Amino acid sequence: MSPDMWGLLIDAFWETMYMVLVSTALATLIGLPLGVILTVTRANHILPNMPINSVLGAIVNAARSTPFIILMVAIIPLTRLIVGSSIGTTAAIVPLTISAAPFIARIIESSLLEIDPGVVEAAQAMGASPMQIIRKVLLPEAMHSIVLGITLAIISLIGYSAMAGALGGGGLGDLAIRYGYQRFRLDIMIITVVVLIVMVQAMQSLGDYLSAKLNKNKL
Amino acid sequence: MITLENVEKTYYSKAGNIAALKPTSLKVEQGEIFGIIGLSGAGKSTLVRCINMLERPTGGRVTVDGQEMTAMTETELRQARQHIGMIFQHFNLLASRTVRQNIAFPLEIQGKDKTFIDKKVSEMLDLVQLEDRGDYHPSQLSGGQKQRVGIARALASDPKVLLCDEATSALDPATTKSILSLLKEINEKLNLTIVMITHQMEVVKQICDRVAVIEDGVIVEQGRMIDVFINPKHPTTKAFTAAVTNAELPEMVQKMRLTEAYQPGAKMITRISFIGDVAGEPIISGMVKKFAVDVSILYGNIDQLKDTAYGTLILEVSGDEAAIRAAHDYLNERQVRMEVIGYES
Repeated sequence: MSPDMWGLLIDAFWETMYMVLVSTALATLIGLPLGVILTVTRANHILPNMPINSVLGAIVNAARSTPFIILMVAIIPLTRLIVGSSIGTTAAIVPLTISAAPFIARIIESSLLEIDPGVVEAAQAMGASPMQIIRKVLLPEAMHSIVLGITLAIISLIGYSAMAGALGGGGLGDLAIRYGYQRFRLDIMIITVVVLIVMVQAMQSLGDYLSAKLNKNKL
Repeated sequence: MITLENVEKTYYSKAGNIAALKPTSLKVEQGEIFGIIGLSGAGKSTLVRCINMLERPTGGRVTVDGQEMTAMTETELRQARQHIGMIFQHFNLLASRTVRQNIAFPLEIQGKDKTFIDKKVSEMLDLVQLEDRGDYHPSQLSGGQKQRVGIARALASDPKVLLCDEATSALDPATTKSILSLLKEINEKLNLTIVMITHQMEVVKQICDRVAVIEDGVIVEQGRMIDVFINPKHPTTKAFTAAVTNAELPEMVQKMRLTEAYQPGAKMITRISFIGDVAGEPIISGMVKKFAVDVSILYGNIDQLKDTAYGTLILEVSGDEAAIRAAHDYLNERQVRMEVIGYES
């Protein structure tokens, strides 16, 4: 492989990292409050509210059932409005964020539901407000499980980012398609896939490590 | 300190309504340890949760320290709860926090400053004898230690009342004892009112001043713990007390062929129970000296009901008819509870 090719590979790697990490951060910013609301508005939780819970649940489900490639095309106007263009690495962040946010919301919800209701009851008995329970009980107690969930989201986003690449988003997926597939460069195809595998492995190991550090249940 | 007036709780559902607590009235005095005993499903958990409104009663009034809990808004209620401590069967500590941080939790909620919190937490660790465990996480502690942290956390905000929800049910007997003596010590030292719900009669026996027996959402009997133990009236109460006061006759006595009426030459089998100071009186030697009877002890047991000694003896009294009758009357006149089990010929 020529030095030019290596240069392309390195650029593509950083583009993928940029897309995945920025969209994970944004999706978490949106998904976290959504997940918290989905949890606390459940019938037996601290702020039961069936209408909000069902409406929000339906929206999340709808967003999650739309195939990514369709979502990406469908929201092109929105992407243009936010980024100013519908093509490019930054533009790819919009659909990636929108598809990951409901996923993260559900992940946060299931992490929060794992918490022993007795602990929440104890906080209520001490006079904690719902906001204090969320900030001081639910989120810290679930943090190790949330970290694992977000790791899962990052890895799914690495896959989606390859798809986004096909629609002009850049990154490793784009490189694999344009050079590896369309120009029959098997070596580039293989290297790209290897880089992706290593990325996923590294993310998973990092997530496992952080989660284990945060988990004080087993010491 | 705590008054419940016709408090009731019904759960409404499509499958039918469940009356977990039928209209119940109760009064807990300042500084006493009040036990509520019942089998699982009797409604005792609901009852204790109605005191701090974790369960909102569907009827009646709850007053704690002069404040009517049932009339409060959510905000007022949160304020009031900060003065009512609670401990739980499964401790309910925050796994992600250290022991110190767990004890600090209620104070953080109240917005106390860091210096105050640090000082108070150290004081509490001292009180529950966990000075060297402050930086541990709950998962590194034994059950008894976890409950001590629970107690420290509940007391950190200087509550007027402590509610204990099956606080010792998940602990082994030795640990149960040490937690109970800690609670008793705190009750005496801080003059703290304690309400305990439990299904263990041992718990009531060791520390309660008064007790209520609950069954199917109804309080079937209540009174001073000693009275309830010595003279239980309701069948459920009898079943509870029998296990710890040895009200059942020992096998050896059960196997005897006894008659209800005196027959010439028979021996009298009698059970006497005594509480407190009477235990020190030489009743039996007095009887033997006074009347021409012989006494042998078939069975004896001395127990402790909180701070009061409580003893039971089963005696076999032999002699001629007149002497036995005289001995019978003599025992009956003492400050003891006496019952004739039967006569053995």
